[in-house]
Amino acid sequence: MEQMINNQLSLHSDVATAAAVIQAQNLSLTFQTNDGPVHALKDVSLDIGKGEFVSFIGPSGCGKTTFLRCMADLEHPTGGSITVNGVSAAEARKARAYGYVFQAAGLYPWRTIGGNIRLPLEIMGYSKADQAERVARVLELVDLAGFEKKYPWQLSGGMQQRASIARALAFDADILLMDEPFGALDEIVRDHLNEQLLALWARTGKTIGFVTHSIPEAVYLSTKIVVMSPRPGRISDVIDSPLPRERPLEIRDTPEFIEIAHRVRDGLRAGHSYDD
Amino acid sequence: MRRFGPVLVVVLTIFALWYVSSFLMNRTWVMDQATRAGTDPGFSEVLRETMNQDRAKLPAPHQVAAELYDGVFNKKVTSKRSLVYHGFITFQATMAGFALGIIAGVALAVAIVLSRVADLTLMPWAIISQTIPVVALAPMIVVLANAAGADSLMVPKAIIAGYLSFFPVLVSMVAGLRSPGGMQLDLLRTYGASPAQVFWKLRLPASLPYFFASLKIAVAASLVGAIVGELPTGAIAGLGARMLIGSQFGNPMIMWSALFAAAILAALLIWIVSGVERLAVRVMGGGQA
Repeated sequence: MEQMINNQLSLHSDVATAAAVIQAQNLSLTFQTNDGPVHALKDVSLDIGKGEFVSFIGPSGCGKTTFLRCMADLEHPTGGSITVNGVSAAEARKARAYGYVFQAAGLYPWRTIGGNIRLPLEIMGYSKADQAERVARVLELVDLAGFEKKYPWQLSGGMQQRASIARALAFDADILLMDEPFGALDEIVRDHLNEQLLALWARTGKTIGFVTHSIPEAVYLSTKIVVMSPRPGRISDVIDSPLPRERPLEIRDTPEFIEIAHRVRDGLRAGHSYDD
Repeated sequence: MRRFGPVLVVVLTIFALWYVSSFLMNRTWVMDQATRAGTDPGFSEVLRETMNQDRAKLPAPHQVAAELYDGVFNKKVTSKRSLVYHGFITFQATMAGFALGIIAGVALAVAIVLSRVADLTLMPWAIISQTIPVVALAPMIVVLANAAGADSLMVPKAIIAGYLSFFPVLVSMVAGLRSPGGMQLDLLRTYGASPAQVFWKLRLPASLPYFFASLKIAVAASLVGAIVGELPTGAIAGLGARMLIGSQFGNPMIMWSALFAAAILAALLIWIVSGVERLAVRVMGGGQA
C-alpha cells in the first residue's frame, strides 16, 4: 500500500518536472553599487520545459547572463523564486543537476584534454574505470576522439570549446547551461559548432539554456527564444519557434526562419526604445 | 653565435674597463717606488708593473683568474686554502637555508591564502622582516642559536639564509595560489567541489609556475644569506670567511677569488634550478601556462 502511494507520488513529481525543469517566478536581482542600485533582473518569470532548447538574447546589461547564473546558483536573487528540477537552485547545484559552459573554455593548461574532462568526475568521486569510460564517450560525442592525451594549447579555440562542452556533459546532468560559449569564435567555426550542438542535443535530449548575442544563432538553435532588454533587466518577448527540430544549416534561408529573426530584432528594438 | 655575441661584447667591455682601472689604480704605487729608487720608468714598464703586483689595489683579471684556478684546482679539497673546501661549506648552508626558506615560504603562503586572519596578521610581519638589515641580525641569530645548543655555525647560517630566501617564495606563492580567476572558481562551484578540492585541484597546480619562478630568486638570496652569515660572525670556513680573511690580511687577491667563486657558485645554483623548472614545465603540459 505504502509502496503504491510512493509510486504515485514519484509519478506525480515526474509529471511536474516534465512540465517545467526550470521555473522562475518574479525573479529580481539588484546589485548595490556606489552609483546606487543596479536592477540586473526585475520580475522575470519563465518556465523551461524538459528537453527544450532556450536561447536568451539581448543587448549587454539586459541580465541574460545573470539569469543563467541564477539558475546555476552562481548569483543569489534578491527577490522572487527560482526552482531547478523542482528544488531550489542551491540544492540543484549540490545535486549536480546541470553542466555549465562558460564563454572561455577555461581548460586547465596542466591537464590533458582527458584530464580536464575527468576533473568533475574526480571531484564527484566516480570510479577510475567509470571515469575512463565516460571520458571516451563524451569525447566521441563532441567529435574529439583521439585527442584525449593532447594538451589544451595543442588544440584550436573551437576544439577547446568542444572539450569544455564535453567536460560539462561528462557527469550526465540533464540540464546544460551555456553562457555565450561560441562568442569568441569566428563565424565559420561557430556555424559548425552550432550544427554539432543541435546534433548533440538531438542525441542526448538534454534541456539547454543558451545565452547569445547573435540573432541567427538564437533562431537556428532554439525551440524557444527569450528576448531581454536592459535597465531594468527583463523579458520583453518569448518566441516559441515553429521550426522543426531537424534543422539543416540551409533552414536559415527559409521564410519562416527570416520571419522569426525579424520578430527577434523587433523585440530587441522595442526594448531599446523603451529605455531611451 | 647570435646568442653569445651580445654577452661576449659585454664581457669584453667589462674586461677592458677592468684593465684600464687596474692600470690607473695601481700606477700610484709603481710611480712611488720609481721615485724612491730614483728611476724614470717608461709607459710599457709601468704597464707591466701594474699588472703583476702581489698586493695590488685592484688586481688585474688574469691575476684573479690565476688565483681562482690555483684555489680550485691546485689545492687539495680538504685544505683550508682550497676554494672548493670553502665553497662546499657555503653551499651546504645555502642548501639548508634554501630548503628552510621553501618550507617556511610555502607554509606561510598557504596559511595566508586559506585564512583571512593569517592574511591580516602574517603578511605585514613578513614584509617588516625584510626591512631589517640582515648584517645586524646575523650576530644575534648566531648567539641565540649557540645558546639554544647548536654547536656549529651551520645552523645559524642556514637560518639566516632561510630568512632571506623565504620571502620571494612567500610572495610568489600567495600570488600563485590566488591566480585562478572567478570563472575557474565558478566552474568548481558548479561541481559542488569542497574547499579542499578547490585547493588541491586548482589553486596548488595553478601556483606551480609562480613557485618555480620564485626559486631562482630564492636560491640567490639564500647564497647571499649564507655568505653574510659568515662575514660578521667569526666564521673561519666558507666563502664569506675567506673574503673577510682577505680583507683583514690586506690580500685583495683572496677577496677577489672568493668573490668570483661565490659568483660561479650562484650561477651554478641558478642553472640547476632553471633545469628543474624546465623539467617541471614539461611534466605539467609543456604549454603556455
